[in-house]
Amino acid sequence: MAWVNAIIQGVLIGGLYALFACGLSLMFGVMKVVNLAHGDLAVLAGYIAIGIIAVVHVPVLLSFVVVVPVMAALGYVVQRTMIQSALDRSVLTTLMVMLGLSVVIENGLLQFFTANTRGIGTGLSLITASFSIGSQIQIAYLLVVIFATAVVVLLGLQFFLSRSKYGRLIRAVADDREAAQLAGADYRHVFGIAAAIAFGTVALGGIAYGMYSQLNPTAGTDTILLFAFAAVVIGGLGSLWGTLLGGVVLGVAQQIGAQISISDEALAGFIVFLAVLVVRPQGLISRRAQS
Amino acid sequence: MSLATDTTARQAGTFRVTRSRRNVAWTGAGALIVVVVLALFPYIVYSGTTAILVQAFIVLTMSSMWNLLAGYAGLVSVGQQAFVGLGAYFVLILAIHGTSPFAALPVAAIGCGVAALPLWWLVSRLRSGYFAIATWVLATTVLLIIEKFSSIGGGTGMPLPGLSGYNPALLTAYTYWAALAVTVAALAAIYLLLRSRLGLVLTAIRDDEVAARSSGARVGLARMLVFVVAGIGCGAAGGVLAISQLQVQPTAVFTVVWTAEMAFVTIIGGLGTIEGPIVGTVVYMVLQQTLASYNAWYLIIFGLVAIFVALFARRGLWGLVDSRINVRLFPVGYWLRLDTDRPRRLRLRAPRG
Repeated sequence: MAWVNAIIQGVLIGGLYALFACGLSLMFGVMKVVNLAHGDLAVLAGYIAIGIIAVVHVPVLLSFVVVVPVMAALGYVVQRTMIQSALDRSVLTTLMVMLGLSVVIENGLLQFFTANTRGIGTGLSLITASFSIGSQIQIAYLLVVIFATAVVVLLGLQFFLSRSKYGRLIRAVADDREAAQLAGADYRHVFGIAAAIAFGTVALGGIAYGMYSQLNPTAGTDTILLFAFAAVVIGGLGSLWGTLLGGVVLGVAQQIGAQISISDEALAGFIVFLAVLVVRPQGLISRRAQS
Repeated sequence: MSLATDTTARQAGTFRVTRSRRNVAWTGAGALIVVVVLALFPYIVYSGTTAILVQAFIVLTMSSMWNLLAGYAGLVSVGQQAFVGLGAYFVLILAIHGTSPFAALPVAAIGCGVAALPLWWLVSRLRSGYFAIATWVLATTVLLIIEKFSSIGGGTGMPLPGLSGYNPALLTAYTYWAALAVTVAALAAIYLLLRSRLGLVLTAIRDDEVAARSSGARVGLARMLVFVVAGIGCGAAGGVLAISQLQVQPTAVFTVVWTAEMAFVTIIGGLGTIEGPIVGTVVYMVLQQTLASYNAWYLIIFGLVAIFVALFARRGLWGLVDSRINVRLFPVGYWLRLDTDRPRRLRLRAPRG
């Protein structure tokens, strides 16, 4: 029963990882940017939420309504200024700028908020409540909500990319930038939109992580970025549903690892990641789907 | 080579291809004097100064290796801390078994070179950004595995044995000399490597990977060799780090901050030149010493400067110097010396705008 529990928890946590991973996957798919600051942006969003909740005393869930648009706007601005000018230069410049951004955000948070861990809405019944199946399996409502959010976000992204005008533009630019430009698409604006979506999803992920676990300035690189990346690689590049599968596989691997020895949680996830890298480097789902 | 240069050279009829405009012997003599003066430092300066210099040597060694990876082989690794950590741990393990940490240093460096092979096999098929994060994941995995062994300190680390017998002043001097030796060896190795046939392949990769491949350059093999050399160099730096800190603490030696510092130093100094990391290290040490009392501020400012330089002065500070006075401390390219004209530059480098 303990193993079944581990698998169920792993699947649910996989939703959180998929939430982290879809922004990373989108930015790579559309503008070939590997966002090394991805995790730090998630933590930044979490801290913004903490700040808003503390200052304005809004309910925890309402913080999403403010933080997600703020991060999306930030994403558009950062893409149009810093990332775009790096992209115009070279791949290496882009990587360096993203690494720089990551270090600046992480140490900025460390400077202003200290290394102490903070939770979002700690102690609220909304976050601690759970229901049980049988005697040994206890499932937190929060994890179910996070998993459902991830599925909704992925469905929404899928729908947006395949049906909407901007979705078509994003796919066009991702497929062939020059051709899209010739057809009149302003690829810079499209990149900005894609970055805004990616930053919005990462904000969701960051706040969800702050509720599920504890935020601290180094969580962005220690866990979020690396887990998101592992989920992307396990699932397969360029596939949104692969991202969810990758997150779930990573989550299950970690929970099974934790079942063997509590200190092996992260290690088990990375070992599965390395195994996929060796055996099936194209990922479990290697469909060259949109974005 | 531009067509114009080509035709001029043919018309002139008499030209020579040289490594440097000036006599290399002078540069060599200058380097030797600098090394000798640096080696005498423990006799002439306070131990506080040598301690700072040890830190500078560690950063310079690591940055030079990172520069070799990113600036020449096009491998942006964010996981070089794996080798820094492994180097420190190899020294620790050998010291636990009774070897002097100083004697353990070269063994640890070689060990890191050997460890680089399986790690390379894991990440070699990934490119650019994905290579970057995959190396990072690898470094974290190595850390998590090492933390499982309680005999070498587990998750908390342990003090480095075998150094308690030394007189403190002597230990400081030995540490300094070890750090200096590692740095000189690293720079000499990189210099010779870049002047060799492999250096030519690397320069070709740096300028245009597709063209290098289609000319028959064995890009994969060259990259693997560079990864191994960088592993050895970063491992040696990690070993010096363990000796200078008298202890090995897993999260401190395996932190990504090492790689961030390597990258920033190289970017600020000038990517793809041997001189770049030297200039960058000076900037880093000045910033670090000035802002040491402001906690995380030095990394914030360092990061901002690196972003600024990456965007607006892509050849770094050395690039700015180079474009003005056209001097090269480590001549690895070629010059075309025309007997009729003043020497014309012919370096194997694509025009950078």
